[in-house]
Amino acid sequence: MCVTPRERTTIPVVDFRDTPEEASFRAELRSWIEQNLPPGWVDKDPAAGRMDEKVSREWSRKLYEAGYAGLTWPKDFGGAGAPYSFQAIFLEETARSEAPDHIGVIGLGMAGPTITVHGTDEQKNRYLGKILSGEEVWCQGFSEPGSGSDLASLKTKAVDDGDSFVVNGQKVWSSFAHIADFCILLVRTDPAADKHKGITYLLVDMHSPGVEVRPLRQITGDPEFNEIFFSDVRVPKENILGEVNDGWRVAMTTLLHERGTLGFALTARLEVLFRKLVQLAKERSNGEGPATDALIRDRIAQHWIDLQALRFTNYRALTKLMQTGVPGPEGSVAKLHWSETNQRLTKLALEVQGSASRLDDNDAVWNGFWQYQQLRSRGNTIEAGTSEILRNIIAERVLGLPRSR
Amino acid sequence: MDFAFTSEQEMLRDQARSYLADRFPIERVIELAESEDGWDEKSWREIAELGWTGLSIAEESGGSEMGFLEEAVILEEMGRALYPGPYAATVGFCMPALARSAELSRGIATGELSATGAWAEAGSVDGWDGIATSASERDGTWSVSGVKELVPDAHAAQVFVVTAVVNRGPGLFAVRAGDSTQVEMLQTVDRTRRLARVRFEDATAVSLASGDEARALWDQIGMRSAASLALEAVGIAQRALEMAIEHASSREQFGKKIGSYEAVSHNVSNIYVATELARSLAYWAAWCVAESDDQAAVAVAAAKSAAGEAAVLACENAIQVHGGMGFTWESPLHRYYKRAEWISSYGGSGASQRKVIAAALFD
Repeated sequence: MCVTPRERTTIPVVDFRDTPEEASFRAELRSWIEQNLPPGWVDKDPAAGRMDEKVSREWSRKLYEAGYAGLTWPKDFGGAGAPYSFQAIFLEETARSEAPDHIGVIGLGMAGPTITVHGTDEQKNRYLGKILSGEEVWCQGFSEPGSGSDLASLKTKAVDDGDSFVVNGQKVWSSFAHIADFCILLVRTDPAADKHKGITYLLVDMHSPGVEVRPLRQITGDPEFNEIFFSDVRVPKENILGEVNDGWRVAMTTLLHERGTLGFALTARLEVLFRKLVQLAKERSNGEGPATDALIRDRIAQHWIDLQALRFTNYRALTKLMQTGVPGPEGSVAKLHWSETNQRLTKLALEVQGSASRLDDNDAVWNGFWQYQQLRSRGNTIEAGTSEILRNIIAERVLGLPRSR
Repeated sequence: MDFAFTSEQEMLRDQARSYLADRFPIERVIELAESEDGWDEKSWREIAELGWTGLSIAEESGGSEMGFLEEAVILEEMGRALYPGPYAATVGFCMPALARSAELSRGIATGELSATGAWAEAGSVDGWDGIATSASERDGTWSVSGVKELVPDAHAAQVFVVTAVVNRGPGLFAVRAGDSTQVEMLQTVDRTRRLARVRFEDATAVSLASGDEARALWDQIGMRSAASLALEAVGIAQRALEMAIEHASSREQFGKKIGSYEAVSHNVSNIYVATELARSLAYWAAWCVAESDDQAAVAVAAAKSAAGEAAVLACENAIQVHGGMGFTWESPLHRYYKRAEWISSYGGSGASQRKVIAAALFD
């Protein structure tokens, strides 16, 4: 694919080749990544893949200086004003080279786009630049212990106290909260109103007195997520994003962007895992084994099909996004299918290892890389919309079936 | 990177959908399925007049010289309508072979001729291994002898594209249906796309290709066929989805529309997911075939595997959503289901498509 560049036509066509602009962007990016990956990164242990804060911060700085952070953001706020296809290419190429993640995943993908849409000029000027440069890290305060899929039932409350709101409550499942400078926080400001109408969207300084972050250990053993406790935290009113009690509408912008071009990054990562699975199956062959076993071959081939299906579903979604500016329902399909494919793929990688799959860390194949990946994958059908919620979204919003609740 | 049909292609889709809705509503398809003829012969000329049989035929032979992406649009709509006729066999399967003869091409473009592929034999189901049908030349005229099995829509075809052994190598021939061809219709599960045994007894033939050229042509036929069936399968899955939505939105039990129960609605969502993923693969495969892309062989294998299985799943879930009604002969669902199974099995099931992919990955 993508061998011969072609002209971008003014009418939509089915054509998977890069346009000349896309092709030259891809080529430049590839050689930039090659030259700028941290030393030793390419030959790193396959067990790598968990975030390293120092590496991630340095990488974010480099991306910013090279102009690769915020590709689709408006030029006025330090972005490149590039089309979504450039962002898709960026996500594909960085995932394929297994480059580190930008430290500001939440800022770039969620907080920034929401501030761009709903923020005041002061807010845009204050926050957007430092998200791009990676100087300020953001986290998300949406889910609560009692409010997961039913997000609008959230209870963290904010009481009007003159020039500030005073926030009390608990948030959960916040990646990056332990290193974050700011939080996009949903709070209840009108307990008497209908549950969707009493919510306000705040931008909270994580260094404020009364904010406490506790790591939350997950089934992998890693504390990737956090709980955040708010005790009488004062948030100035200039930090309200949008209008008071209109936070639900603002939050919808965030969630839309969460699933926007995310599919490309997820699919590209799955492609990396798939390549590793093929490598693993070959390594463990010795002439007779996984790579020659008809049943394993069939399942690996099925994974390849699933991967291509995701890839081209993403392209269809991208075309729609570029035509209309709004992500289409393909995003939900991609997230749903990606999560289940990732779970099956990582499980197959353990099966290929036989009983030795029960070993871990340094005693396991590839130092426990697959053991970690498989356990981590169980979260995929829960985070960013459970599969049950996504199926409801498809049934009700895409297919128009009667509402379930 | 662009992944949307042009407005001309979308117009073609609208035209196909409205013609098929008008001439082949499901009641008419069922009537034909139950009839002895099995199809409406007049429709072939109509389809040709609409330009659909000549989409990729050269202008000098009466076609419009577009390509497989246009044909892809028609194939998907044909699947959705369950059109009982030799469009997939003629345009989807045989076109690369027919294109080698200006006379045959002209006949297809005008609607005078339709065609099908006669490849399988009792001792051979795929490709050239075990082929016993032979061709020989006498005084500059070729003739073909042998027995072919599982020939689709043979009752509706005037031309057979036949695989045969010539000089101990592969050869592809075109044979006109006539006195020296004998079509024996077989009992089939899907009555909208029947299968036949065809005997060729010294049947006069036109040589289309032999040796390496025949092998290359056969590969093209195989890829085009797989992509065509994947597109038809997407059409079927889409129709099954629509029927499941209609039923879940109107049928009430326990005082509520059954589509409001998640046990039912998630079943329908699963049809949608499988259909959209299969659609992406089928369009990719169509593009690869149209562009003769390097990835065409694995793309069509992926599309055939996924779309065939998606269509079967779509029909099975739709039947489940319809409850007892879906299980009756009266419901049209089994017609789609049987075609979906036909598509999934013809030319290799999902598992045999995945063998092609595994070989590309590992061998």
